[in-house]
Amino acid sequence: MAQYDHELDASGLNCPLPILRARKSLGEMKQNQTLHIIATDPGSVKDFEAFTKQTNNQLLSSTEIDGQFNFVIKKT
Amino acid sequence: MAARKKKLSIIASRGTLDWAYPPLIHASTAAALGYDTEIFFTSYGVELVKQTPRLKTTAIGNPGMPMPVQLPVLLQAMPGMQSVMTMLMKQKLKSKGVMSIEQLRALCLESGVKMIACEMTLDLFDIDQSDLLDDVTTAGIATYLEFAGKSHISLTF
Repeated sequence: MAQYDHELDASGLNCPLPILRARKSLGEMKQNQTLHIIATDPGSVKDFEAFTKQTNNQLLSSTEIDGQFNFVIKKT
Repeated sequence: MAARKKKLSIIASRGTLDWAYPPLIHASTAAALGYDTEIFFTSYGVELVKQTPRLKTTAIGNPGMPMPVQLPVLLQAMPGMQSVMTMLMKQKLKSKGVMSIEQLRALCLESGVKMIACEMTLDLFDIDQSDLLDDVTTAGIATYLEFAGKSHISLTF
């Protein structure tokens, strides 16, 4: 299992909450730390791509397992 | 790397429960993405920034609203139907995990969204500044235009 610096469970939350919570978590993190996000909102796949692009953070991975979406973002 | 901060200006002019969401959802998301965001609440939209907003919904004049049962328009106008529609909408929002308007606007303010209530509307409908949330300022269209003129995106709801 990969290790992440921070975890955020956004399961059951709808747009725009996963994004808002992610931004809050990233704000509390140090540069180069990683954040693992779990979400169930299908819209979050495209949204996290757009979010990381616009906030200049790095989306390391985006995967889906059984309707659960996992994202790893590195704060840059 | 210090790119100029993007700006989003929004006009919120509707005072119903269903239409209360779009401006606040767009604003909170934009703020999370680092946009300088401002909402100008005008006309019935001022209801959204009242201390206790009185927000209802109706399917009348809104044929696109999904209904559990399709009712003829005349029946939708029966006494009590507005309360029923409002209750159904609130249940729907809750079941999908959508925040209440009170929570959403608090979140907007927390994220730095600037809220301005239209001075002329307050005057027209005899609304006192004390009826509004403390964080809301009042101003005229010139103030809105000053920000909107520098905005990259401008939305109207």
